[in-house]
Amino acid sequence: MKVRILVSFKDSVLDPQGQTVKSALHTLGYAAVKDARQGKVFELDLAGVGRAEADRLVPEMADKVLANPIIEKFTWQIVEE
Amino acid sequence: MKFGVVVFPGSNCDADALHAVRDVMGQAARFLWHKDHDLRGVDCVVLPGGFSYGDYLRSGAIARFSPLMREVREFADRGGLVLGICNGFQVLLELGLLPGAMLRNKHLKFLCRYVHLRLENERTRFTHLGRKGQVLRIPIAHFDGNYYAPPETLKEIEDNGRVVFRYADADGRPTAEANVNGSLHNIAGLINAQGNVLGMMPHPERAAEPLLGSADGRVIFESLISKF
Repeated sequence: MKVRILVSFKDSVLDPQGQTVKSALHTLGYAAVKDARQGKVFELDLAGVGRAEADRLVPEMADKVLANPIIEKFTWQIVEE
Repeated sequence: MKFGVVVFPGSNCDADALHAVRDVMGQAARFLWHKDHDLRGVDCVVLPGGFSYGDYLRSGAIARFSPLMREVREFADRGGLVLGICNGFQVLLELGLLPGAMLRNKHLKFLCRYVHLRLENERTRFTHLGRKGQVLRIPIAHFDGNYYAPPETLKEIEDNGRVVFRYADADGRPTAEANVNGSLHNIAGLINAQGNVLGMMPHPERAAEPLLGSADGRVIFESLISKF
């Protein structure tokens, strides 16, 4: 099974890279961009893991390693059964 | 006093730290390889600056899982002295031995320059030879030194005098301009509640000899040694 985990800064945390991306887009004339946040994507290929096991494993790994819960949040999805 | 300087792949201030404590301060000192399981009887562990594991994932995030870090945590829990400098501070945050996290510097620039620090807490094992309000000129060299902690954590840190150093101007005023990386409350260095683990972004080992431009960092090593 393949899962995709998206890690991004919490809303309460300033994201200077996202701000810079936003102003770059504004410079190019994309005035519609109200806000930009930058994050990280992880794709994990899990062997011999069913859906229930993934429900347990993925958030655990994200909390322990992939994201720093003090400043970051994550979402995840199964991209390939 | 016996110092141990931990070497991770990507550490690049390990030799500087060893030089400062051994050659400049005249203490016993040795390197400790991150894959070892033994602190070899050292009295103070130094986590040096650099880019452990290439700063992959987040600064300090992978070094935290090195086998030796389990020993460092137990050592700290027993009251052992731990000094984390720059990347070492980031490792201590990721390990949870100190609260908070580092964000990228506010202007997205790697900053390599001297800064002025105001000594906020002189009642620690690391600073007792200094005086409150003393201004230290010590260099920084980092990309991720923008200290962040949630409001309740920040309050606890401040209420208990755990901020040891703040970025300040040459007169010791912690102004917004002096806050080069955007850290909350100008925080440059923090101590744990038990008072045996200090993390700081500036590099005292690079400011331990007048020949190098400043000897203001010596007060930290001298404090550690004199009370031992």
